[in-house]
Amino acid sequence: MSSERKIRVLIAKPGLDSHDRGAKIVARALRDAGMEVIYTGLRQTPEQIVETVLQEDVDVLGLSILSGAHMALFPRIMELMQKKGLTDVLVFAGGIIPDEDVPHIKKMGIKEVFGPGTPLETIIEFVRKNAPRRI
Amino acid sequence: MMQELQQLANNVINGDKRSIARAITLIENNGEKAQRLIALLYPHTGKTHIVGITGPGGSGKSTLIEKIISELRRRGKTVGVVATDPSSPFTGGAFLGDRIRMQKFTTDDDVFIRSMATRNVPGGIAKATREAVMVLDAAGKDVVIVETVGAGQAEVDIIKVAHTVVVVFAPGLGDEIQAIKAGIMEIADIFVVNKADLENANKAVTDIKASLELNTKEKAWKPPVLQTIALTGEGIEQLVNEIFQHKTFLEKGAGISKRRKKVETELVEAIKDKVADLIIEKLRKKKGFNELVEKILNRKIDPYSAATKLVSELTFNQKED
Repeated sequence: MSSERKIRVLIAKPGLDSHDRGAKIVARALRDAGMEVIYTGLRQTPEQIVETVLQEDVDVLGLSILSGAHMALFPRIMELMQKKGLTDVLVFAGGIIPDEDVPHIKKMGIKEVFGPGTPLETIIEFVRKNAPRRI
Repeated sequence: MMQELQQLANNVINGDKRSIARAITLIENNGEKAQRLIALLYPHTGKTHIVGITGPGGSGKSTLIEKIISELRRRGKTVGVVATDPSSPFTGGAFLGDRIRMQKFTTDDDVFIRSMATRNVPGGIAKATREAVMVLDAAGKDVVIVETVGAGQAEVDIIKVAHTVVVVFAPGLGDEIQAIKAGIMEIADIFVVNKADLENANKAVTDIKASLELNTKEKAWKPPVLQTIALTGEGIEQLVNEIFQHKTFLEKGAGISKRRKKVETELVEAIKDKVADLIIEKLRKKKGFNELVEKILNRKIDPYSAATKLVSELTFNQKED
């Protein structure tokens, strides 16, 4: 077996969205780029998401949100990540997020926000370039 | 490094979730550290009951596991789950989706769920699965459930890992007879026909029972054939009862030899891992190796005869141990 470190990614859906087409497309693109992608399914609480990051020991967390509740849910997620010591995990977000919220989101420690129409290649490159190199 | 690993091992034994997660990652990436970690953890293993859940894709394994966890928790048992999904042979990537159906236990402190990709090891169980189970065992989980890739006939590797193997079928997945005649029939300690509310569920049960009766070998344990509806939870309590019944059976006479055999398999597998690489490396260095490759290329000799020739010339030097 190759001992090369695989990039492990969690794609998570916080809150009460009712569809996950976008999240699944991103998950699939990252899979096809050779990564191991775990998907949480819909309607996850911040607690569930952060606990999954911990148990699956992922390198990257992608948050997909369409409901407009990102300014309520993201801070809670990032706060829990901090509390559990998961500070070396790369976090990015995607979905329907107004431009004016982006600077605030980045300030929370979320490295990038990808809106609708982002080429998949851009996301793959971003993850490859920024995924932490851990043991 | 040793001190760091000892600390990690101690934390695992104390049940620290972050450390369990880190330990499994270490094992997945399979280095020298992984082996040392196993050495530290192994004395603390052997207490957990390992349940393998296998069967064709779409038979409802993940949903069934969610309900089994629920029943085990009701009985006050702590639970670990290792769920495997296939890696793509082309990109090496994987989509791990078993967890979706078990998410509600994510925040339960006495449940630990880990998804693993097969990383292209045939046999349905990731190479690291056995060791991931050891980590959860050392962490003190009462029961560890291993879910294998739902491929079907060849997924018999599960018996090398699990104490109790549950084979799950569902009616109408195609040719029931096909599923029944293959190797998977012989590995089951418990059969489950899931989705028992569907048409043909009774036929599936009859088919399995008929096939078991054809088995003329006298067995101390007769695999029960159960019906469940994982979505509603029907039949789950009985399934968990049977799992513990089988555990009790193993702890008595007949099971002791089975446990011994399992450990023996572990040793043999560990030797295989090491020996194959060692020998191949040694043989490659021999003068005859490239010559033989050339000969095979020119159809002067077949690869099997060539292998026999090379291996027969091997000498084992005791001092190299």
